[in-house]
Amino acid sequence: MTTDNPEPIIRTAGYDGFLISFGETLSEPANRAAIAYRAAVECANWPGVVETTTSLVSAYLRFEATRFSHDEMRGRLEALLTQSDWYQASWPEGRKFWRVPAVYGTDLAPQLDEAAAMAGLSGKEAVDSLSQMRVRVQTIGFAPGQPYLGSLSPEWNIPRQTALTDRVPVGALTLAIRQFVLFSVSAPTGWRHVGQTALKLFQPDMDDPFMFRPGDEVVFESVSAEHLARCDDRYGGARFELIR
Amino acid sequence: MSRQWIVHAAGPGLTLQDQGRPGYLPVGLSRGGAIDQLALFEGAALLRQDVSMPAIEMAGMGGTFEATADVRIALTGAPMQATVNDQRLEWHASHHLPRGSLLKIGAVKAGNYGYLHTGGGLDVPLQLGARSTHLGAGIGAPLTAGDQIAIGEDQGPEFAGARLRIEERFHGGEVRMVPSLQTHFFAEDERKRFEATTFQRDMRGNRMGVRFVPDGEAFRSDAGLSVLSEVIIPGDVQISGDGTPFVLLAECQTTGGYPRIGSVIPSDIPRIAQAQPGCAMHFRFITLEEAVTIEQNEAIRRQALASTCEAMRRNPHDIPDLLAYQLISGVTAGDNPERTKS
Repeated sequence: MTTDNPEPIIRTAGYDGFLISFGETLSEPANRAAIAYRAAVECANWPGVVETTTSLVSAYLRFEATRFSHDEMRGRLEALLTQSDWYQASWPEGRKFWRVPAVYGTDLAPQLDEAAAMAGLSGKEAVDSLSQMRVRVQTIGFAPGQPYLGSLSPEWNIPRQTALTDRVPVGALTLAIRQFVLFSVSAPTGWRHVGQTALKLFQPDMDDPFMFRPGDEVVFESVSAEHLARCDDRYGGARFELIR
Repeated sequence: MSRQWIVHAAGPGLTLQDQGRPGYLPVGLSRGGAIDQLALFEGAALLRQDVSMPAIEMAGMGGTFEATADVRIALTGAPMQATVNDQRLEWHASHHLPRGSLLKIGAVKAGNYGYLHTGGGLDVPLQLGARSTHLGAGIGAPLTAGDQIAIGEDQGPEFAGARLRIEERFHGGEVRMVPSLQTHFFAEDERKRFEATTFQRDMRGNRMGVRFVPDGEAFRSDAGLSVLSEVIIPGDVQISGDGTPFVLLAECQTTGGYPRIGSVIPSDIPRIAQAQPGCAMHFRFITLEEAVTIEQNEAIRRQALASTCEAMRRNPHDIPDLLAYQLISGVTAGDNPERTKS
């Protein structure tokens, strides 16, 4: 396994940042490496670091480039890379496991049957498959608090639609290329709308406005529309426990 | 009565803006803040106050404002028609405004984003560490007629009546960019052609980004369509599906899948943001080392802006009721004993 992993690559990002990439395609080890490496950068608390984040397979660091040199910062990043086999790193602590109620199909999520057919499954088989899969937040982006989750089992490697759906509602669970995207805003999309949750992923007026963090794990449990209608608390009926 | 602005009329693009909220990239929230960050420094210099104070950003069109107390203001960014009680106000300058006077700000004369700064700033609550409206994220909302905005306590109420000579940035021109994380997706010939191309600022543009149209063929990368979404930084020049560049600004997405040919340096982002539709624009690559030097010099220049403010000399004939004007607004700044008590 280790030998299959590419060498991490450090590139500059803009005039005041670095991107540390652990792969060119999405894989679980590369995603975990990026998240673990970024956690280690945060932990190291180097002077001059302004902010850090992760994408699917990369960690990003922005620093005060007018006060600290690129050579100095790159040296630190390289030294940290050699300190560990990041592809074998364990997940950072403090992650949560969420159980999220979702309605699959019906007029709330009208593209379940279409997606199921593309995966070679009946509607019921699709719900059984999707509602039992434990997926991980691979990254958050596009809109505030909006997670990309995966990886779904191989049969769900279905392409995005060529035409966009005009608009999916907030809390829409959409699917393509072995990933879920759970919408924090109402937006047009090429992903197929297979489930509907009551989640509000970004609530700017709350103390902690964001539900998910990269590395969190989620199961979207199948519930009825009547049940979902009662999920009106701040977590949209979702419950979490800390992963230990 | 508390010190506040009453908004009597509002153009469609009035928002409160400051230096934005860094640190939320991991949860998908871009920094936001004023599109033209230089304007914030200019406002702070003209009022001799901290640059972190929020201002009212005005996209294309201003509004009508009444202050319920004597206030100081500064006007920066894209120059706009501005009057107080029908007297014309100079842009890139600070002014005393007597309580109850009507400040009317009209359309831009050049550029896109003008700024109204207030002595003492605006006393609005922090949200996620900043006071700026983030339209894309739904933090705050545009100002509308009838809004009231509390004004902060002014630490230096004497100083106004100053002007700044500013470097022109409202008509397009050349911007500098550094190679960035995906520049290698573009062949060297394609990069050279990009630098040699004249672009026209498109009608499409907002706080997320601005589209530019090349005078020649569209641009393409060697990366194909299967590039993973990657981190976006304000200033990134993404080549969209139609082969035209889209320069990402303060409210950009945090990640994106379109390949980016380079990244405009922060010092030149105001020039991008302030180019009106139709303005010609050129992009030029510089090295990382050059960019650092430019940004260092710009940081020093911004810190020293206050020392370059000049006192405005006014022609008395332009002031219809000279006596009242001086009594109320104290353009002589600092030598009026009655003003030191408040």
